[in-house]
Amino acid sequence: MTSVHDWTPNNPVKENRSGLIGKPVDRYEGPLKVTGTAPYAYEVQPPSPPAYGVMVGAAIATGRISGVDIAEAQATPGVLVVWTHLNAPFQAPKGTKAHPRSSAGSRPALENDRVLFFGQPVALVVGETLEAATAGAHRVKLTYAEDAPDVDFPGSLDRAISPVGEEDMEVGDFPRGFAASPVQIDATWSTPIQNHCQMEPCASTVWFEGEKCVAHTSIQMVKPAQHGLAETLGIPRDDVHLLTRYIGGGFGGKGQTYDDLILAALAARALGRPVKVAYTRQQMMHGTIHRPATVMQVQLGAEKDGRLNAFSMMTWTHCHREGNFTEHASNFGRALYAAPNRLTGHRLVKLDLPGAGPMRAPGEASGTLALECAMDELAEKLGIDPVELRTLNEPPTDPENGRPFSMRQLVRCLREGAQQFGWDRRLPTPGLVRDGRWLVGMGMAAAIRGNFLLPAKCSFSVDADGVITVRQGMTDIGTGTYTVLAQIAAETMGVPLGQVKVEIGDSELPPAPGSGGQFGAATAGSAALAAGQNLRTAIAELATGDEASPLFGGRPADVTFQDGVVAIANRSETLASLIRRAAPEGLTVEGEIKPAQDAREWSQQTYGGHYCEVGVDPVTGEVRVRRMLGVFAAGRILNAKTARSQLTGGMIWGIGSALTEGNPVDVRYGSLLNQDLAQYLAPVQADIGDLEAIMLDEVDDKANPMGIKGVGELGNSGAGAAVANAIYNACGVRVRDYPITPDKLLAGMIARGM
Amino acid sequence: MRPFTYERAVDALGAVRSAAATPGARFIAGGTNLLDLMKLEIEQPQHLIDVGRLDLAGIAPMPDGGLRIGASTSNSTVAADPQVLARYPVLSQAIVAGGSPQLRNKATVGGNLLQRTRCAYFYDTTKPCNKRAPGSGCSALEGLNRNAAIFGASTACIATHTSDMAVALAALGAQVETLAASGESRTTPVIDLYRLPGDTPQIETSLAAGDLITAVVLPPPPAGGQIYRKARDRASYAGGLASVAVAGGQVALGMVALKPWRAHATEAALAAGASPTEAIARELEGASPLGRNDFKLPLVARLSAAAIQEANGRGA
Ligand SMILES: Cc1cc2nc3c(=O)[nH]c(=O)nc-3n(C[C@H](O)[C@H](O)[C@H](O)COP(=O)(O)OP(=O)(O)OC[C@H]3O[C@@H](n4cnc5c(N)ncnc54)[C@H](O)[C@@H]3O)c2cc1C
Ligand code: SF4
Repeated sequence: MTSVHDWTPNNPVKENRSGLIGKPVDRYEGPLKVTGTAPYAYEVQPPSPPAYGVMVGAAIATGRISGVDIAEAQATPGVLVVWTHLNAPFQAPKGTKAHPRSSAGSRPALENDRVLFFGQPVALVVGETLEAATAGAHRVKLTYAEDAPDVDFPGSLDRAISPVGEEDMEVGDFPRGFAASPVQIDATWSTPIQNHCQMEPCASTVWFEGEKCVAHTSIQMVKPAQHGLAETLGIPRDDVHLLTRYIGGGFGGKGQTYDDLILAALAARALGRPVKVAYTRQQMMHGTIHRPATVMQVQLGAEKDGRLNAFSMMTWTHCHREGNFTEHASNFGRALYAAPNRLTGHRLVKLDLPGAGPMRAPGEASGTLALECAMDELAEKLGIDPVELRTLNEPPTDPENGRPFSMRQLVRCLREGAQQFGWDRRLPTPGLVRDGRWLVGMGMAAAIRGNFLLPAKCSFSVDADGVITVRQGMTDIGTGTYTVLAQIAAETMGVPLGQVKVEIGDSELPPAPGSGGQFGAATAGSAALAAGQNLRTAIAELATGDEASPLFGGRPADVTFQDGVVAIANRSETLASLIRRAAPEGLTVEGEIKPAQDAREWSQQTYGGHYCEVGVDPVTGEVRVRRMLGVFAAGRILNAKTARSQLTGGMIWGIGSALTEGNPVDVRYGSLLNQDLAQYLAPVQADIGDLEAIMLDEVDDKANPMGIKGVGELGNSGAGAAVANAIYNACGVRVRDYPITPDKLLAGMIARGM
Repeated sequence: MRPFTYERAVDALGAVRSAAATPGARFIAGGTNLLDLMKLEIEQPQHLIDVGRLDLAGIAPMPDGGLRIGASTSNSTVAADPQVLARYPVLSQAIVAGGSPQLRNKATVGGNLLQRTRCAYFYDTTKPCNKRAPGSGCSALEGLNRNAAIFGASTACIATHTSDMAVALAALGAQVETLAASGESRTTPVIDLYRLPGDTPQIETSLAAGDLITAVVLPPPPAGGQIYRKARDRASYAGGLASVAVAGGQVALGMVALKPWRAHATEAALAAGASPTEAIARELEGASPLGRNDFKLPLVARLSAAAIQEANGRGA
């Protein structure tokens, strides 16, 4: 059993003798990425010429396929195979786990005639070329018996119920506390469906080597993909070799397998040749998951001095009729501010929309857009500075369960941010500052996001050249996993970075849970540290036991590792010469990390404060972010450059949520309006002004042996609220229906007589 | 995408003759619009005639003091041209307000004029759309039509034309020069190039099939200041919600109709001494918004008034 106390002893990462930990070193795979030599799954060169599969999406949201005519598609020159549910190869029934310990069950594609959401893949056309397959896909003629789609989320709030197995969290007596509060806020915010819009769409290249299925795909988690594919194909799990070496963004949207992988594998097996299948950009919008829309009611009751008496946050959201996902937008509020009377919960309605699922900072990303604006409104009502209001309500322990915080520097983030940003120059009364034609305003918000550690393994090898190879079934979705693993390995083994190789994204390597929930670096890195420490032990024993080594006879515990040299005091030799002589085949050891049993005795989060200055065009209602600063406390930082990129990336997501991003539902068709990147408006360079992220010094010894925490999602939490609050400060209009587009802001300004 | 044949035209006359002789032929220039539409099979040409490398580029002064811009000149080249910057800044500003640098480098003057609407339902081939599939209906009419037209729409189609460049050309009173297969050359005012939807939204211009745009001809700039302003949902790489081009007393509105909308009522009111706000109000009396796009009225009113004001300041 692991306890957080086991993590107290010193280790090479904590000692950081060569100073590699925290250093802004360049990306390990950077040169490959910028020279086009880091192939994404679709670009992997198979051993023989591939065929190309193109999927056809359902043109209705719900109903049955009543007619199939594939004659013209099959007759299209270059088309090899056309499949629908009528002639798709056998797949194990949905959910089958032939191997009881599989981490995912079968998920057949083209399973039957039922259409469950608009854009659901309902046919596959494989051709000699992508063009032939695409032309064939357009010739597949399907007719449907359509049911009326039940997709109107705003119109179905009264049907929403508590998610299965969940209860509202109640502390004290919220209704009484709220009623008795002299100052109240009671308002409702809404957020739209959002799409992940990863640069790289979901894609797979698959071939068979004898019985073995070699599958390159773009996915955040290796094991469930490997197991799920094996279960679907009905083959032993070891017969699937799943690889996901380079990934062009995941953001939660690639946490699961989609039909590209299943269909590519089925087609590769049927045709006896490699097959590539990718979602088109248009297909990504419906065919994969999205962040669901929410409606969030926040009620705050405060004393006149600003202390919160009552806090409630209720979230209504939706997921697919057959899905089971809740956007837990109220959860983070349970740990954020003190208030004796509390009520939080969620209501879920199941609809015929495509699948809802996790997207960067699930919960916080939406929830902070409500609560952190409610706090701004409360601050204004009270006449208290928004930073002070938050400081006043800083809880000494977790406000819901009384557990101590492992480490909480929220107030420091807020104060540091206020100072660096020049918050004291903000005028509390909105609409007073002008710069040319722009109305200028400042806003701030707090950031919070949970921190997690999952079980993982890792192996470390040293070869006769003294090169250290890290191997792990981990993924790098663009976050910097390769790089931080290389840093941990180099620091632990006392070798230069250039002497480290990292191999990840492979189901045959020691398993790690992958990337998600900002647990990646902590989880994968802790396993790597353990493996490294085990390799140090093995090497120390090798050296001290080898008569030919200058270290012979010493105590293994006294061996030091630095600059590629192993030493005991002034007796030394290079790692390479030791291994070449004493273990010419090299050494390989494994290490693992397990979550601590007692970790839950602490409330563990990452924190931050966002500060934003916007310009609002009083003529058009257009908003431009002029500058934005985030200050974050997220444990020890492994790499100042990749961490900063994660944080500023998250902040940009917040700007998108506040200003531009959303995909409206056409309730007549059950489809989303925006189907490409010209219509789905993620921020572009011109939308982002001066952007900076600062990371406070921190080590959280309850988090893991390295004291690090996640940063991948934290930057997104609260960022949009800071933008919205700045907009209010600029022009005096609060838009509670995101995104805050010019039409909405203009209506508000006109209502104010502007 | 359907299979197609491809030919690189050698000269303008060859291009139009080939277009006349080949069924299903289309011109392609930068391809930034046409190829996207072909991939979705919204456009299904059987034969492409590449006019992007014809000798139709170049910007030359005209004897009357105007400027002739060849049809295959890239949008970026036009926007950065010193003569354009000095004498037709509204044109440069309008071009730079459109698309992204990459698109403007590829896009040509001719292609820009003939770009098709960005109505989301036009792009979604699972939905009825009279423009794409005549007679199938208009999904936007009762749909998510926030960006629909407020002038000149019909129940058959409420889409807008989304070229920024064309709005500036309309305000400048530019002419489009075309070449027919017969070898006949014609000029048409830019605003007459486009047709309002009526019952036939699939017929978008007054060009005959196979007519090649060879140039855009600008008259000498009108007296007075020039300005282009565009309101949009994000700061770049986004079609407009509304735009306005002002060139002296000439005003055109963008993204309010299926063509750049020359604001004649506004111009007349300005000439009669009305304030910018009054003058644009005159124009908007003729607008018919649909609900979701009601905001375009105040937006156009404010944007136009501010732009006219600013242009007046610049002209002085
Ligand atoms: C993502 C995106 C965003 C955009 N945003 C904007 C925007 O904000 N503002 C804006 O104004 N535009 C915008 N555009 C449109 C862009 O300006 C056009 O795609 C471009 O101008 C078309 O020029 P092209 O040369 O590439 O035309 P092509 O794609 O080659 O052709 C377009 C059409 O014109 C015809 N054609 C081309 N040349 C001639 C000719 N000489 N004679 C007769 N017919 C001809 C072709 O047959 C075709 O029908 C955007 C485009 C994209 C893809
Ligand atoms: S507005 Fe025009 S382009 Fe849009 S759906 Fe209707 S007919 Fe088609």
